[in-house]
Amino acid sequence: MTGRARVFGDDINTDYIITSRRKRESLDPQVLRQYLFEELDPRFAATVEPGDLLVAGKNFGCGSAMEVAVTAVLGAGIRAVLARSFSRTYYRNAVNNGLMPVICDTSAIREGDQLSVITNDGVSIRNLTTGETIAAQPVPKIMMDILAAGGLVLYFRQHGDFRI
Amino acid sequence: MPGKTISEKILSAKSGQDARAGDVVVCRVDCALGTDGSTPMAIDYFQAMGGTRVLDPQRIVFALDHYAPAPSRATTQLHQRMRDFAALHNIKLYDVGEGIGHQILVETGRALPGGLAVGADSHAVTYGALNCFGTGIGSSDLAAIFVCGRIWLRVPESIRVTLTGQLPAGVYPKDVALALASELGADGATYQAIEFGGPGVATLDLEDRLVLSNMTVEMGAKAGVFPADYRTAEYLDGRATAFPIGIAPDQDANYSREITIELGQLVPQIALPHHVDRVTPLRDAAGTAVQMVYLGTCTGGRVRDFHQALEVIRAGGGVAPGVQLVVTPASRQVLETLTRDGTLAQFIALGAVIVTPGCGSCCGTCGAIPGDVNVISTANRNFKGRMGNSNANIYLASPASCAAAAVRGSIVAPEEIRP
Repeated sequence: MTGRARVFGDDINTDYIITSRRKRESLDPQVLRQYLFEELDPRFAATVEPGDLLVAGKNFGCGSAMEVAVTAVLGAGIRAVLARSFSRTYYRNAVNNGLMPVICDTSAIREGDQLSVITNDGVSIRNLTTGETIAAQPVPKIMMDILAAGGLVLYFRQHGDFRI
Repeated sequence: MPGKTISEKILSAKSGQDARAGDVVVCRVDCALGTDGSTPMAIDYFQAMGGTRVLDPQRIVFALDHYAPAPSRATTQLHQRMRDFAALHNIKLYDVGEGIGHQILVETGRALPGGLAVGADSHAVTYGALNCFGTGIGSSDLAAIFVCGRIWLRVPESIRVTLTGQLPAGVYPKDVALALASELGADGATYQAIEFGGPGVATLDLEDRLVLSNMTVEMGAKAGVFPADYRTAEYLDGRATAFPIGIAPDQDANYSREITIELGQLVPQIALPHHVDRVTPLRDAAGTAVQMVYLGTCTGGRVRDFHQALEVIRAGGGVAPGVQLVVTPASRQVLETLTRDGTLAQFIALGAVIVTPGCGSCCGTCGAIPGDVNVISTANRNFKGRMGNSNANIYLASPASCAAAAVRGSIVAPEEIRP
């Protein structure tokens, strides 16, 4: 998976990703994507392109456990989020929806860098702009299985239950 | 092998495996809460999974708390979908006005010592006060629980927080929680559980512990668990028909970090906009004008919170001109108690706005705050825009400190109002 880095800072809470008042009116990711990061970066929604990768500092997705903070990101065509750490509910919701959460040192990644997420034999990031390779934390098997299925819905359609 | 933490013991029992920190296990869930914020998506996912029958509806509870009363046509439709689904599958649903799901779960004796109770809402950590492993989940997880009654969980490392001594007058559990947030930071407990212990626990009753457990998610914690003792049993008496004795940690359990809080040394704390861990002693923020005082939420909307607040406001002679005081009881039970004991009438006489039991304007989904104001609140989050207005500044403090600000019209330590 290769894409352009869209860089945010530390402690980006789910209300900053998508304000909770937006989910009152629609749960449709194609509607919600228009309001992504509207408080933090009002230009983001208009400039995001399918394949872009979100990059953040520590504690990405803290606050509310609302799952639209993941589905709205997917709705914009983003397939992975790289962060130094995630809030555990965001991490779960990401895995359960097939949005790949990557825990790695993101400090050297700059806005617009071309990044490649490599998932054979563990996870690593190749920064094609700088030539640097960043090691990422391994992902436990059941989470990889759910991600590989495309999320928990598709995993359950395949297996009908957890297989562990 | 070393001994186990409370979290490792509960997740071992619920998974049927020797669960250790770092393992990923699949656990049987004792109780799962869905709110109007999370359940509509879970219903979509349940149907997309091919689900037709909810495996064990007795273990599932719905609460219409985030949009109460429904502020729009679309939210009314979300509510109706939940009512229809609950009726079809025989799931207990608490409708608009019954209160916050977490509070209902605790009040109705569904969060039990040694149990695993999950909520599709981050503040499910509240159940830890009852020695229950309570944790927040998403809508996908809730849908999977509809199908199979189980959930995948990574067994967390635990941070041990030892409480010693006793809180001085004018200092409350919320001050302890804010001090802990300051110590750990907003991500200091990410992926981990906080396990409380020590002789100070016995000085805190159940309503105090609920505040602390509730706030642990603001440090990133997966759970915030207390040991069970006679106060746990007292609280559950009459709420649950039978309940287990509780789970204690082994003496030689492994902790990722150990922190001691001397309760007697604490002073009132306040979280400044817009970060929960931007905490200072409240006196350092004294003099900041406030236009709105918000009493309520799953952190500070219980009976004793309103009693503590009322005591300070009465001692101070009423609410300052230009301050809007909002009272949102956490549940109908809380509202009924406040009505019976006269507290509600006194708040009304003081000019307070009384709001339907539920989440209120805490998360900006219902009854957002009106203007570009400074708000002091008993809630748990003060993110920019959290209460529905990104130009407002939200300060977090104890009910007594919020009440003191209502009296003065600016931030002030409660002991200055009620010496």
